[in-house]
Order: sequence, then structure tokens, then C-alpha cells
Amino acid sequence: MNGTPRFSSTPTPSSAVGQPVLAVQKLTVDFPTPDGVVQAVRGVSYQLAPGEVLGIVGESGSGKSVTSLAVMGLLPRTARVSGSVRFRGQELIGLSDKQLAAVRGRKIAMIFQDPMTSLNPVYKIGYQLAEAVLAHNDVGRDAARRRAVELLELVGIPFPEKRIDQYPHEFSGGMRQRVVIAIAMANDPDVIIADEPTTALDVTVQAQVLESLRAAQAETGAAMVLITHDLGVVAGQADRVLVMYAGKPVEIGLVDDIYHAPQMPYTLGLLGSLPRLDVRSRNRLTPIQGAPPSLMNLPPGCPFTPRCPLAQSLCEAREPDLLPVAGESHFAACHYSERLRGHPDPAELFAQTADDTHLPVEFGARRAAEAGPAPSDVATMEGALDRGDAEDGEEEIL
Amino acid sequence: MPELTAAPPAQAPRQGPDREFTVEARSQTRLIARRFVQHRLAVASLVVLVLVVLLAYVGGALWKYGYSDITPDNSVPPSSDHPFGTDNLGYDEFARVLRGTQLSLQIALSVALMATLVGTVWGAVAGYYRGWSDSLMMRVVDLILTIPILAAGALLTKKVQGVGWWALALVIAGLSWPAVSRIVRGQALSLREKEYIEAARALGARDGRIIARHLLPNIAGQIIVVVTILVASAILIESSLSYLGFGVQSPDVSLGSLISGSDTALQGGRWWLFYFPGLFIILICLSVNFIGDGLRDAFDPTQQRVRA
Amino acid sequence: MFAFAVRRLLVSIPVFLLSTLLVFLLVAYGANPLAQLKAKNPPPSQATLDAMAHTLYLDHGLLARYWHWLTQLLFHGDWGPSVQSATDIGHLLRSSLTLTLRLVLLAMVVAVILAIVAGVISAVRQYSKLDYGITLGGFLFLSLPVFWFAILLKQLAINFNNSTGNYFLQTYGSGTPGLTGWSAFTDALGHLILPTVVLAMSSYASWSRFQRASMLDVLGSDYLRLARAKGLRRGRVMIRHGLRTALIPLTTQVALDVAAILGGAVLTETVFGWRGMGTMLINGINSQDTNIILAWLVVSAVIVILFNLVADLLYAVLDPRIRLA
Repeated sequence: MNGTPRFSSTPTPSSAVGQPVLAVQKLTVDFPTPDGVVQAVRGVSYQLAPGEVLGIVGESGSGKSVTSLAVMGLLPRTARVSGSVRFRGQELIGLSDKQLAAVRGRKIAMIFQDPMTSLNPVYKIGYQLAEAVLAHNDVGRDAARRRAVELLELVGIPFPEKRIDQYPHEFSGGMRQRVVIAIAMANDPDVIIADEPTTALDVTVQAQVLESLRAAQAETGAAMVLITHDLGVVAGQADRVLVMYAGKPVEIGLVDDIYHAPQMPYTLGLLGSLPRLDVRSRNRLTPIQGAPPSLMNLPPGCPFTPRCPLAQSLCEAREPDLLPVAGESHFAACHYSERLRGHPDPAELFAQTADDTHLPVEFGARRAAEAGPAPSDVATMEGALDRGDAEDGEEEIL
Repeated sequence: MPELTAAPPAQAPRQGPDREFTVEARSQTRLIARRFVQHRLAVASLVVLVLVVLLAYVGGALWKYGYSDITPDNSVPPSSDHPFGTDNLGYDEFARVLRGTQLSLQIALSVALMATLVGTVWGAVAGYYRGWSDSLMMRVVDLILTIPILAAGALLTKKVQGVGWWALALVIAGLSWPAVSRIVRGQALSLREKEYIEAARALGARDGRIIARHLLPNIAGQIIVVVTILVASAILIESSLSYLGFGVQSPDVSLGSLISGSDTALQGGRWWLFYFPGLFIILICLSVNFIGDGLRDAFDPTQQRVRA
Repeated sequence: MFAFAVRRLLVSIPVFLLSTLLVFLLVAYGANPLAQLKAKNPPPSQATLDAMAHTLYLDHGLLARYWHWLTQLLFHGDWGPSVQSATDIGHLLRSSLTLTLRLVLLAMVVAVILAIVAGVISAVRQYSKLDYGITLGGFLFLSLPVFWFAILLKQLAINFNNSTGNYFLQTYGSGTPGLTGWSAFTDALGHLILPTVVLAMSSYASWSRFQRASMLDVLGSDYLRLARAKGLRRGRVMIRHGLRTALIPLTTQVALDVAAILGGAVLTETVFGWRGMGTMLINGINSQDTNIILAWLVVSAVIVILFNLVADLLYAVLDPRIRLA
């Protein structure tokens, strides 16, 4: 082992190219609490192909974060995990901490939500980066330091040689998140799990962080699991989307299929509650009534029933399975998904159950007439990402 | 703490989007009480404490001997006539321990109440106003805290010797309130940034009202815990002072003064004069500490949080 | 960092001066130096009383007395006359202080080490039998009066010594006079063990609970989770990221408790018959010797302020966020 240290992952044998890099099968997570058992995840299955980006979307309480923590083996000791998680064929559930430590950070890396608390405040950034490198590579401190500078450059942090000796509190939120991304890609992982990487950040900073994520993916060639509740972020980044509700996946498919032809009322409702200027004259946003169910003592049947405009007695009785609805890659868990074919308008569908009758129906139309033409640079997340508004090197905006 | 509010179960909507809200309403006090009751150790300690208090006051009043009664039995080990034995002058130890417990409890409770009152007001005002008034108030606190309580206590109680147990309580309280104010100030500092304080101010509420109606009730839990800590520490300080000869003076007795001469007694084999007073101090402090721990958990349970 | 240290040092000086004023007022109110003389039988003449009052500078106003005492102390190192004319306070102070410092410093070191170990074990194995055991033990020591525990240990040691014939564990005094070299050292150690254990236990109890809470806080933190996600082993994460950060609040806590430890030392010295600062104070209060009491209070204030200063600096070393302040 002479010459430059090699930080690249072992090359994929050509026979294994078709094999999914991550295969989750019927993953279930329960948390026993004094008040009862919380079924946080109730049977999640998905596969991740090498290099693809899977977006996992859902509200708080849908189980999306717990799923990923289970994959990494980072759940608290009280959690009961069952099912299977295979990384390139190797089963991860049930491994000891020592065995898992060899996988974490090296094969599968994770990025957490809150950059303000993800980094240890008493150690320098360079130390924390080098630590990630030294955990899996037998190299000297200098080599690790050089790699750390290189990583900072890759995620777009200016003056990395100076920044490397600074402490986390001297970085802004967006830059801290980029450091976390740099740590994640330090050892060329095959999978990067990003758990709500932009949720805690301002919109302008989100674009920069997503840019860093893209760079990380390009550099490492890793597959990515992007967890978020922000549909705009998913639209710009993901190849496939998994929608979760009440601990279970309710729809999975290619991005375009999900966004243009959702087959599950929840997905439709989510899309309808997103403000968009590219769709003409919407009167008002149609929220989905009610709140996600408690994950303790779930009643039988589809958990979305109380909030679903299409709900029938069958929905209360039996929970629908995830079945193929269109093409081989689009699955939905709904008894009545055929009713959604033909691209219905979410506003129409959900307006039936909305009881928000205080606003006049013509509200949108009147306001539009008063205000004149909509300003062109008020954009949706999608628009901003497409135009690449992010400017680099301007630390003050962060 | 999340407040679950909804119609009682009988009227909860069975259909429609709101069918999730079927949990019955529980007031905060009941939630706290319920959590406290789950602490078996704390509940047991509460029972023990109540028993000790009853024993001290009721038992002390009903017992055949008074604490200053001289009996003809000198240095007698525990027997049916003298459950805790007697000392070399013929005093009945049981009566004296009960009397000592009474005094210790009275002093400790008074100290806790006085010190909490002064300390809370001081700390809340300092924490709420911040700025230079906060600096000034806390400098005073820091200054007082540089003096060891036992030293200042010894000096001052020597001065007020013979005035009465309430003077003793006053001295100890006067030295204990700064610690309370520090804790309350810390809480006030973190709470004053909360939105409901800002909202109250925006609605035009006066400072005094904000402190009284919005700040203090939210620190109430912490304050109650502090009270229990104070009771325990007051008992220890008072008995230490009495042991050194500065606290409760003869002919009155305190648990500390009872232990004062007893190391020679212990060496001479008269163990009952040493163990019983000590045991009572330990029992009271232990129960108060456990109750305080139970209360702390009841007001602010730190459970493993599950984030989806 | 240096600027920070200098600034903190400079701030300590007015704090010290203010505390001397507070202490002086306290003693002026609390102690009557002529009491012992007046209580003599037969009662002394007025002339004797006046002479004593003059020696003690009592024939001046309060602030004048303060100024006199302070300047004598700071510029001449003179602690003032004692009520017992033969006593040189400075000399008494030096011998007492060496003994007390020996006891206090050793007790603090022992207590800190034990508290960290107990706190970490308790936190890492939360809700296990070990945790409950350690917590219960902690509560017990918190509820134990120092003097009672001291007497108990003393008696147990006497019984032990009598039954085994081994007299290493000493129960009275701080040392046997007339020894030198190695035997003096072991003799001092034998005298030191019991009082150190007693003094350490009460601090250990509260610090271990504090450390447990601090460690639990850190164990639930995001950066700890990220460290594990990086692929670091559990042990390394616990120490490098967990303990390192959890120790920071303990430094402040230890500094805050120095005053209480000095109080505990008074009790310990009384039970074990040490001629340290504690005994000096008690005798001083009993004989209403104002200058001795003042000397004790000033020295203890210096110790407290010094420890707070060290704790602040240590905190800044451990936590880089503070250094800018």
C-alpha cells in the first residue's frame, strides 16, 4: 500500500450491477412505552438501485426517519426491530455494534436534520472530518487532513485551509450542513441517507445545501435516500418517490408518475396543498382535514380513512396492500385508486371534505385582479432549483 | 406539556376527519399527580415522612416523658420503658429525639418557605429584566455565596443565641436564598424568550403581571423541587450548627445537639444515644430527597423521545 | 485566551475587595470582641477594657476600622491582634491552612474522580440495577450528616484497630509530632484517610448525580449520533464525544461547591480533632475573637474566588464557544 491513499470504494463487479445496493424488506419498528406500544414503522419495503435517488416523503409521524435510523442501527435500545435490511446482500439487522460500525460511514452514510446540533461544539471542523476518514482508513494524520480540505472544497466551502481549523459555532447553519455532507462522503459510501437535510434551513440556503448534496452524489456515485416532507425538494432531486403514511408506504413510483398521476388520495392531497404558480387560477389551497393518526392502537383498515374523500366502508375494514397500478414501477395502497385515474383536481376532490367556508370562493380571483400580474421571480422550490439561483461564495447570505 | 383537549369520549365524533381526537381531557395537575404516583419510592417516602411528622408531634405530646424530664434511670439501654434508652443524666432519649425532630422540622420548613419566597422574587426579577439590574442583583448573590454557610451561620447564631428557634431559621434562610435565586434566575432567563411572554407584552401587560401570571407558574415545578432540596439542606445545616454548639441551645434539644456529646457515648458502648438521632435525620432527609426527585420527574419527565 | 484570563483576573480583584467589606460588616455585627474579657470573674476594670478596646482599634468608627484592618492586611501582612494577646494570627493561620488545604484538596480530587466514574456508569447503564444502586447510594450520602458519618467512621476504625491490632488508620489529630521522612509521610496518610473519606463523600453524592444528568443530556445529543453514524466504535464515541463534552458543566459545579466543602471541613476537623482552619474558626467564634474570624473568612473568600477563576478558565479551555466572551 504505497503512494496516495485510496479513498474509493471497492469497484462493483459487473455481474452485480443489476443488484440493488440496498434492499429493505418488511421492516417493522416498535417502541414499547408506558402507555402502550408505538408502531412507528409497520412494514416498509423498498429497493435502492446503485446511483439512484429515492425520495421518501411523509408528514411528521409517518415513520420516515425511524426507517432510516433502523437501517443504520442507530435507534435507541428500547426499539424492537424486525424484518430485513440487506446492503449488497449482507444482512444488517442483528449485527453487533462492532460489525455495524464497519458499515456506517464507510458503506452507508447519514446526514441528519439539524445542522446546529449535528457537530460537536468542542472539536474543530478539521478534526471531525479527519475522524471520519481515520475511522475507516489506516492513513496518517496529514493525509487525513489533506482529505478533509479536499472534502470541504468539494462541498463548496471557500477558503477550506483556513476553515478547517475553525469550530462549528463559527459556521452558519447552511455551511455546517455542508460540512455534515462532506463527512458523509468522506469514505465514498455506496448509499447516502439524507434525513430532512434542508428542513431546518432558510429557503435560500436550501438550494446551496442541495447543490452540495448533488456534488456529493456525483463525486461518490452513491445512491441516495432523500427523506423530506417538502415535495418541491423531492421533485428537483429524486428519481423515484416513496410516500409514507402512518408507518407504511402508501405509494411508490417514478417522480413524474407520482407528480402527474398519483394513485393514492393522500399523495393527491399532498400535491394539492403545495402552492404552485404554474397551475392556473387556484382559488385557495386545499389542506387535508384532520391530523395523522396516533401510532398506538391503530384501528384496522386504511389509516387514511378519516381524512380521505374517497373513503368507503371497505377502507375501514381492511388495510389495502401496496399493489401495482400503472406500469411495473408504480405501486399504490388504495382500494379505489382507479377513481384517481384521469388526473382529478385535488382542490375539487378535497374541497368536498373541507369545511373552511369562511373565505369567499372568489377570493383568489378577486385578489389576482387587484394585484395585477404575478411577479415573476416569486418562485416555487422547483422553479428556483431549475434556474439554479444559488450563488456560491457569498457567505453572508447563509 | 401537551394539553389534550377534546370532547369527552361519549361525544367524540366517530366519523369524519376529527375522529382521532378521542382521548379524554386531563388537566395538568392530574397529569403531574399521576406521574408522581408512578414513583413508588417517592410515594413510600411521602408516607414515611407523614408518619415521622405524626410521631414527632402527636407521639411527642402523648408520650409519658417530656424532653426535659429527669428520670431515675441513668444510661439505660433501650427497653420497653425507654424505647430509645436514657442518657447519663436520666433524660429519656425517645422524648428528646421526638422533640428534636419537631424543632428540626419546624426550622427546616420555615427556612424553606422564607428562602424560597425571597429567592424566587429576587431571581425572577433579575432574570426577567436582564441588563444592569440583573448584573447588580446577581453580583450581590455571588458575593453572599462566597461565604460558607456554616461559617456565617455559626457566627450569626452565636449572636442570636437564646432568642428562639425562629431566629435560627431566619439566619439559615438569610444564607440560603441566594442559591434559590440563582436557579430561578436561570429559569426566568430561558423562559422570557418564549413567545407567550412576547405575546403578553404585545398585548400591553405590565411587567409585574407578566412575571406573576406567565413566568412564575411555568417555573412552579422547578420551584417546588427547590423547596424540597432546601428542606433537606436546612435540616443538615441546622443539625450541624447545633452539633457545633451554635444552634439550638439547652435546655431545648435538636437532633444535632443530641449527637453532640454522643461520640464519647458511642465509645463507651452507649450506642443508642448516637444512632437514634442520626437515624431520624437520615430518614427525614432521605424521604424529602426522594419526594423531591419524584416531583422533579413528575413535572418534567425526560423520556426517550421518538421522532418519526 | 490570554486576554480572557487577564480580564477575569482583573474582575476578581474588586470582587475580593467587596467581599472583605461584606465579611467585615458581618463580623462587626456578629461578634463582640470584648465579651470574653467582660465575662471574666472578677470583672476587669474600665481601664483594662479601654486598653483592650484601643488595641483592637474599637475606639474608631466602623468604616475607619475597616480601612485600618484592610490596609494593615494588604500592605503589611498584619492580621491584627487577637483577643488572646499571646496569639500571632498569621502564624496560627499558616499552620492551620496547610492542614486544611491538605484535607480539602485531596477530598476534592477523590470526590471528582469517583463522581465522574459513577455518573458515567449510571448514565450509560441507565435504569439498570447498577444505576439504581449507584443512585440510591448517592441519595444516602446526600442525606447523611457529615459529622454523624465522621463519628461513625471513627468508631468503626477504632473497633477495627482494636480487633486487628493494626493502627495505621488514625482517628484523632492530623499527625504524630516528631516524625520525619517516609514515616512522617505514612503517618500523615494514616491520619488523612478517614477525614478525606468523610469530606469526599458528601461532595461525591451531589456531583455524581450532576454528572449523570449531564452525561444523559449528551448521550441524547445529535452530535453523538453523528459520531456513531460515522462508524466510530461505541467506546470511543462515549469518551471522545460524550465524556469530553459532559465534563464541562462539572467544572463550574465543583467551583460553586468549594464554599460548602470548606464548611464541611469545619465539621470534619472538629470530629477528628485536627488543628486546622475549622477548629481555628470555632475557637475564634467561641471566644468572639474578631480578627481570627475575619482572617478565616478572608482566606476562605480568597480560596472560593480563586477556584471560581480557575473553573472559568478551565471552562474556556474545554468549551471553545466561551473564549469569545
